[in-house]
Amino acid sequence: MNLAFYLLIFSFTPEIGRGSGWSREPFFAFVATGLIINAIVQTLFMPSASELTEMVRTGGLDSVLVRPLDAQFLLSMHRFDFSSMANGLVGLGLLIWAVLRFPVAPPLIAWLLYPLLIVSGVAILYGLIIMLAAATILMGRNQSLYDFWFYITNFSRYPAEIYAGPWGDPLRTFCTFVIPILLVVNVPAGTLARPLSGQAWGMVVLTFAAAGISVGLSRIVFQAALARYRSASS
Amino acid sequence: MSTAANSESHHTSCGWFPGLQSWWRMLIICLEERLAYRSDFALGTVMRFLPIVTQVFLWTAVFAASSRTDIAGYSRDNIVAYYLLTMVTRAFSSMPSLAGGISRSVRDGSVKKYLIQPIDYIGFLLASRIAHKLVYYIVAILPFAAVLFFCRGYFPPAPDGLTIAAYILSLLLSFLLGFFLEATLGMIAFWFLEVSSIIFAYMLFQYLLSGHMFPIDMLADIPTGITGVSLADVVRLLPFEYTAYFPAAVWLGKITGWELVRGLLIEIVWLVIMIGVCRFVWWRGTKRYSGFGG
Repeated sequence: MNLAFYLLIFSFTPEIGRGSGWSREPFFAFVATGLIINAIVQTLFMPSASELTEMVRTGGLDSVLVRPLDAQFLLSMHRFDFSSMANGLVGLGLLIWAVLRFPVAPPLIAWLLYPLLIVSGVAILYGLIIMLAAATILMGRNQSLYDFWFYITNFSRYPAEIYAGPWGDPLRTFCTFVIPILLVVNVPAGTLARPLSGQAWGMVVLTFAAAGISVGLSRIVFQAALARYRSASS
Repeated sequence: MSTAANSESHHTSCGWFPGLQSWWRMLIICLEERLAYRSDFALGTVMRFLPIVTQVFLWTAVFAASSRTDIAGYSRDNIVAYYLLTMVTRAFSSMPSLAGGISRSVRDGSVKKYLIQPIDYIGFLLASRIAHKLVYYIVAILPFAAVLFFCRGYFPPAPDGLTIAAYILSLLLSFLLGFFLEATLGMIAFWFLEVSSIIFAYMLFQYLLSGHMFPIDMLADIPTGITGVSLADVVRLLPFEYTAYFPAAVWLGKITGWELVRGLLIEIVWLVIMIGVCRFVWWRGTKRYSGFGG
């Protein structure tokens, strides 16, 4: 459905954002990258995280905490949903379609960086999921977990260049440096679609750093939330 | 225990006043249930505005790159106002978890308690949904008012009283149409039990064809292969536009005069059709339903 929407948009404009370079094919490579990253997250982490809501409310979390395994590992990876990988395969197909139509083929270094940046994007989102899960533990119930996930990742579904102007610039800064959601798709897709200039290298380094910080910070927040957990079971 | 009942017989035996009392009690129970987790509810309400922010920036970028002043009759300000107004419409017409809840109750057998009690299941669901919406409006009115006030510069001058009345009517009708569309969808579970894929597909098409994603007018130049018939013409044959596009277009003055009257009449016809279809599907579904145990 989104692809139909984007095709409609490109019937009105040659690119998204004047001079941004996100014309049709690069933009579809961007969309494809987003599909791949989200499919990995939806397959590996989201099914477990969404169950946590009910586990906290019903006291089912207790049975996890008494097991001799790391609670974060168990809670974030005890259930997989391989059907979500279908979107990733669509993304892969779309990526191949788009890259074959680039006026200039991406250099080898871009192809080497791309999977690493995909993993970094997944790590940033994983950190966010774990912090949302921690919010679930603190709030007692957080049925809006999925909603919040959808809405916050919504910012990453479009090129960072669209966030411009007096409101857009601060938002872009916030979503790049505070909640680094704009790095998740923009940097890997940009690495393939645009030349690796000096600023692009800076964003690559920033993405790797953000991935490490996100995972580390999520660990601290999750442990703090567990320390405040009060059992709901009898 | 085996149960195969028709709730219509219970409904007629209740009388008018006890029926109203039951409705009031159902409404109060549902209100209390909804308010039990207020922080979660409030958080969910505020977050619904986030996608609008992205849409504003996206369309600003599209207009900047295309150097156009309007797309399909919508200026950039019009499009922002349109998305805000579809948010208001969706606050009436969206029915989260309704179809899924009905199908689950059929699958796990919990629907049978409504078959053996003097409660009309569709009436109960409607009361529950009204309660859900009332709580939502109580929580959402402040953020909605703040966002609409903050974005008032995007809106054209307020329409006349008659158009406002038509707009409010179209919103109320969109609530009922949305309810009966999704309730009917959930009742397909009487035949297929697992309908989550059907619901997912429906949601996708509904999102696209209702005008939630973009104004339907943007499809006016897309041909269908039939001479003189655009994709917008085909989409307008379906009831979905009344759950997002139509009220927003009414407020923005895109639909006026007899076209507006005709649109409202078609919406009413769709509502009557969907009430009939929903009741029929419930009647046929409960005829073939069998519940065992418990």
